[in-house]
Amino acid sequence: MLSQYLPALIFLGVASGLAAVLLLLGTGLGRWLARAPDDAEKRSSYECGFEAFEETRMKFDVRYYLVAILFIVFDLEIAFLFPWAVALDSIGGFGLISMGIFLGILVVGFIYEWKKGALEWD
Amino acid sequence: MTAILDLWAALPDVVRSTAWILIVTVAVILSVAFTTLWERKVIGWMQLRKGPNRVGSIFGLLPGIFQPFADVIKLLLKEVVLPSAANKWLFRVAPAITLIPAFAAWAVMPLDPALVIADIDAGLLYVLSLTSVGVYGIILAGWATNSKYAFLGAMRSAAQIVAYEIAMGFALVGVVMAAGTLNLGDIVRAQEGGVSSWFFLWLFPLFVVYLIAGVAETNRAPFDVAEGESEIVAGFHVEYSGIAFALFFLAEYANMILISALTAVFFLGGWLSPFEGVLAADNALAQPGFHWLFLKLFFFLTCFMWYRATFPRYRYDQIMRLGWKVLIPVTLVWIAVAAVMVHFRVGPWSAN
Repeated sequence: MLSQYLPALIFLGVASGLAAVLLLLGTGLGRWLARAPDDAEKRSSYECGFEAFEETRMKFDVRYYLVAILFIVFDLEIAFLFPWAVALDSIGGFGLISMGIFLGILVVGFIYEWKKGALEWD
Repeated sequence: MTAILDLWAALPDVVRSTAWILIVTVAVILSVAFTTLWERKVIGWMQLRKGPNRVGSIFGLLPGIFQPFADVIKLLLKEVVLPSAANKWLFRVAPAITLIPAFAAWAVMPLDPALVIADIDAGLLYVLSLTSVGVYGIILAGWATNSKYAFLGAMRSAAQIVAYEIAMGFALVGVVMAAGTLNLGDIVRAQEGGVSSWFFLWLFPLFVVYLIAGVAETNRAPFDVAEGESEIVAGFHVEYSGIAFALFFLAEYANMILISALTAVFFLGGWLSPFEGVLAADNALAQPGFHWLFLKLFFFLTCFMWYRATFPRYRYDQIMRLGWKVLIPVTLVWIAVAAVMVHFRVGPWSAN
């Protein structure tokens, strides 16, 4: 049973190997063939030719944070839905109604977020 | 020939699956190479241009056929510039984190009635978890670069992928309900019996949501604000050059191919023949096989290019509104409808 997962693991290994080989090969060849000498300007951050005015890691909009929180709620919901969806054929009406109640509570929360304007981006 | 086949059958399972893994990996790399050429050609034709037609024109046949190889060699030879402000280690690792899941997800893909590299029952969960890892590469790249364009691109991309992943997950819940299994091969088998029992018909709203979410998940036009070359230059990979950039590119196109294949498997019956039940069962066209999966995959892949040539880029607030206020309500409603249909055995589920 668990041995069926072995090929997936090997595939992960092969993909990692591919990425590592490509990165090492490309970086090595690039460094070997590099024409322009290394200097501070070449390695500075690209910003339309100006010196950077401020730190990059600045404050960002709180809505990104809000989206992440909402994502966790909904993603958990999906994680609950998957086993239910697989077993739907065998759990009958009871399963259908209980998930209906569960989804109903989520929908109420979703409507609340919507009305509160948590989904607005202007 | 039979001797070779006997030898092949006598090999241990691990060796055989490793051989298939290597074949699939090389096939995906080559497909990515020719997808880039195909994209430039298709968009060229749509804009009444010829597209690349200089490299590899042998006696006027297949002009431009070697363009991808020229591009690869050039990218391999370019210097990888490491910005002095960057977090060195994360900067180097981020492209690999994006690339690995785009390839490893192929392990559970049902390529043929008899061929799945890893025939695991949690196949769909494996695909979902791997495709979710891909976004870490983008966020890490944007953060580690320590440049404002990259940072903005990464933030946008993270919020966008997260929003559309919910719609995508809900759409897949519908598929799982209809198929009653998480095994990708069994999902295809649940759609046996001709075009009328393919899931795209019975789960049509979910099919449309999955298509749109697939485009948004891969950061492709018209949802490519994460790269948005006209406003934030190139987004998260603005400071990447040479092979490090090429890995992001490879991952993006590998993800496009993967999403196309997954759409075919979930909604269009994967390797099933569209003529099943129409033509006689012994007709060659009615036989299932890899070629059908390939044709469906190729169709969706070409659609990606079609979208890019047709639609102007969405504004960021429009993207978020579409994701949260249109796609998620649609999927929620249709999950309820599908659940009732499955429960009362309406439609193609009446048999089981």
